[in-house]
Amino acid sequence: MMGKRVIFKEKGLPYLLIAPEVILVMAFFIFPAAQALLQSVFREDAFGITRVFVGLENFQRVLSEPLYVRAIWTTLGFALCVAASTMAIALFLSALSTGIGKRAIVYRTVIIAPYAVAPLVAGVMWFFLFSPSVGLISYGLRMVGIRWNHTIIPGQAFFLVVLAASWQRIAYNFLFYLGGMQSIPDSLIESAAIDGASPAVRFWKITFPLLSPTTFFLVIMNFIYTFFETFPVIHQLTQGGPSNATATMVYRIYRDGFRGLDFGGSAAQSVILMAFVVTVVALQFRFAERKVVY
Amino acid sequence: MITDPLRTRVFRHTFLLIGCLVVIFPIYITFVASTLRLEEIFQRPMPFLPGGELFNNYFSAFFVGGRGLGGAQGIGAMVMVQNSAIMAVGITVSKIIISLLSSFGIVFFRFPGRGVAFWLVLFTLMLPVEVRIVPTYQMVSDMGLLNSYPGLIMPLAVSATATFLFRQYFMTIPDELIEAAKMDGATPMRFFRSILVPMSRTPIATLVVIQFVYGWNQYLWPLIATTERRFWTLMIGLSRMLATADHQADWHIVMAITIIAMIPTIIIVLSMQKLFVKGLTESEK
Amino acid sequence: MIRKLLFVGVCLAGVAAMAFAGGAREEARPDYPMELEMWIGLGGDLGQRIEEMAADFNSSQDKYIINVVEQGDYEEAMTSAIAAYRAGNQPHILQVYEVGTGTFMGSRQVIKPVYELMAEAGMPMNKADYLSQVTSYYSDLEGNMLSFPFNSSTPIFYYNVEAFREAGLDPHDPPSTWPEVAEAAKKLMATGNYSAGFTFQWPSWTQMENFSAWHNLPLGTKANGMLGWDSELVFNDEVRVRHLQQLADWQKEGVFQYGGRRGDATPLFTSGDVPMYIASSAAYAGIARTADFEFSAGFLPYWPDVAGAPQNSIIGGGSLWVMGGHSDAEYRGIAEFFAYLSSAEVQAEWHQFSGYLPVTYAAWELSREQGFYDKIPIHNTAIAQITLNPPTDHSRGLRFGMFPQIRNVILDGMEAALTGEMTAQRALDQAVSRGNALLREFERTIQ
Repeated sequence: MMGKRVIFKEKGLPYLLIAPEVILVMAFFIFPAAQALLQSVFREDAFGITRVFVGLENFQRVLSEPLYVRAIWTTLGFALCVAASTMAIALFLSALSTGIGKRAIVYRTVIIAPYAVAPLVAGVMWFFLFSPSVGLISYGLRMVGIRWNHTIIPGQAFFLVVLAASWQRIAYNFLFYLGGMQSIPDSLIESAAIDGASPAVRFWKITFPLLSPTTFFLVIMNFIYTFFETFPVIHQLTQGGPSNATATMVYRIYRDGFRGLDFGGSAAQSVILMAFVVTVVALQFRFAERKVVY
Repeated sequence: MITDPLRTRVFRHTFLLIGCLVVIFPIYITFVASTLRLEEIFQRPMPFLPGGELFNNYFSAFFVGGRGLGGAQGIGAMVMVQNSAIMAVGITVSKIIISLLSSFGIVFFRFPGRGVAFWLVLFTLMLPVEVRIVPTYQMVSDMGLLNSYPGLIMPLAVSATATFLFRQYFMTIPDELIEAAKMDGATPMRFFRSILVPMSRTPIATLVVIQFVYGWNQYLWPLIATTERRFWTLMIGLSRMLATADHQADWHIVMAITIIAMIPTIIIVLSMQKLFVKGLTESEK
Repeated sequence: MIRKLLFVGVCLAGVAAMAFAGGAREEARPDYPMELEMWIGLGGDLGQRIEEMAADFNSSQDKYIINVVEQGDYEEAMTSAIAAYRAGNQPHILQVYEVGTGTFMGSRQVIKPVYELMAEAGMPMNKADYLSQVTSYYSDLEGNMLSFPFNSSTPIFYYNVEAFREAGLDPHDPPSTWPEVAEAAKKLMATGNYSAGFTFQWPSWTQMENFSAWHNLPLGTKANGMLGWDSELVFNDEVRVRHLQQLADWQKEGVFQYGGRRGDATPLFTSGDVPMYIASSAAYAGIARTADFEFSAGFLPYWPDVAGAPQNSIIGGGSLWVMGGHSDAEYRGIAEFFAYLSSAEVQAEWHQFSGYLPVTYAAWELSREQGFYDKIPIHNTAIAQITLNPPTDHSRGLRFGMFPQIRNVILDGMEAALTGEMTAQRALDQAVSRGNALLREFERTIQ
């Protein structure tokens, strides 16, 4: 049910009310998306002078490319790593910080801070720390015998991208877990404590199950985040390299389309990505409706 | 309040401290680098304590601009802070006004096309800038809005999050309130203005924080929608300074601008922490 | 009711005002002074210097004003300009990196060829005035210059003189072949002061494109694409495969350290960490500013068993393209600006300031007279290297469509071999076939 039982009766007014939003959505979302859809079945030169209808050839070209298939796996792996690490750490930290009273506010303030930091800025800072030439951490690692060069070692590059993205993202997860934990009645926890349950047991038996809606919500939001909003991190840290180890689907769209000027192929990738996200979100919602108990 | 045994308390504090140190470490090193001379940054290892160039570096960052920010017509962070602020405030204000109006329309009225409109807005969640970049650019360019603040703001002025949040919040408003308002002969817009908007302070405050951070941190769109330096935001300035073809990046200035770029959003998030946490977590349930 | 409407009206007006605030642009412009927009892909000192050159031109006459706009790096400048062209508001002048040459030549209606522009303005260019090794990269088959070769550089072999001395190597005789480089690297490494023997920047440019020209080997058929868009990439032969495999092996041994796809490796050299560095001649100023040791430069190393080596190196950097769709009066102004830029004084000053190669013989001569090469011999090294031999079909330049993407494909291949993901042979085979697919795709788009 979307509306209320009691409503206003005006007929024209609601249209005026939703007009600004609908107009902007049409102009900057629906129209460009339709353009991308259209573009995906054409072959066009960089300057848009000649345009030939090619049917599904762009899709065929993209999907038959092993590196594109690899980008799909990279994207999923990236999303999984970021979601898992940020959620685990955020859950751990928020559990630690509830139950130590007023002093927790100091820790919380610090942990929340990176929420305000731009992904690009996070990328710049970690780039600076791990740069094989000027980086402090890469220097330290060399001192202990680890050769750090994320420009050529794929595993290190992937790790670095996950690290920078997670560092920035833990705050968001922390906020939601914290809110979730604060809404759990103290009495529930206290009665368990009186029964002699240790903090760990209390956490796994009571807190964690009660947080399942939050967990589910965060899984979706973290996937959307890694899919789209980590673009500046990748752009700043690795440009998708080395040897495509960190090239996600969004990064490929940007690189092939805006840098490589292959508009048809890039549009086809956009369409694939849209279909992908819509499916993931729809599936997750269906799954969630049945499984999550509150 | 349960009191933990000492062992548990030590455990809690130790790991929270480690967590905080990991969060602070990159920011601290960035700050240190912003107080050093370029040659000091290139030392192996770089100094761990702040140097003596704090004033010089920040002065250059604000008023002179480093390499990559141009010479004769070069800009410093002063202009970029202003642009970032205009963009962030513009996005925040328009998102909130637009979403308030449309959620009001969707929740408190019944009209054909209501469901379609709502889903249309939700759909935008799945169309981030990166996916629609080329046609959006073309659209804005056709409207003659490249290199202008409206051009920077409008394509980002729609927010599914805000519309969704307001809708959820409006749904919880008791029907009796509307009945009473109607009884008093209040028009819908009067109800909106003097009852609904004042009641929505918490979600509005939450959205101010979320959307300001979102707007301030935008990267790809301003990167391509502005060609004139006077419209550059802090993010653009940063990436320009690091895009080095045949010259060496000025890390000391880059690091100063990195700090400058973080401060306003960190202050806003932390100062509104309580309200923000409340609004964010309540709305998503 | 009226108040209600008023409120909605105000809200809508706010949105509308936002929409149109920037829309009202001045349409009627006075004829003179005429503003001409120039987009560049250089930042830092170099970008600043270009702005000063434009300012000097602007104050030298009162009819034209050149507005220089920095567009990030080369890639960004090019893609923004193409997006702007598609939207119908392209700049007048655009600085394009050498890799983008094929893209612009493939769409002749998009550009105004420079030779045509100059001839129409009554200031025809005399080809003999220009260094052919520089201009050939940007000329058509008849030798007509299509773009203005504004800033060209070539990779050279920088080395840390103090490190050489310390390791007992002759600082006046840098290694000239790859085996000698490896030998020197091992001696340097033996001192225990360095993390690797050598590194390089722009890997495709220095280790594939220039490596091929330097060894007189084709990157692609049809004179590297200069003779037709139907050329095919052929860089997976024995020599290139062996070189790449050797780099991979050297990397494992620590003789060589990879420094990324772009120009990011410079601090490795300037921090004194890696004593040998293959980099653009234009990187000189940046290196000189941050390195606190004496350094020098020599020719690129070559494999002595390859018959054609050393041939001559090729250029990189940028050239200025004039975009189509502007008025004759505007073109006249651009021609005057270009004439100003090619004067010996302006050229020599730019060359000496930036380390980019001089474009005209007059500027080269002038710099010599001014004693510039006695002061900084490295710049003469670069010029000597590109003019070492008359260019062959394999060393005149490169002209491939979609080359920005092909360069990425080459880099993918090189990195795949360097990471040990696959053998050099397989990596380059794959790069060639992916690159050829792009070439065929390009051929079809321009028909």
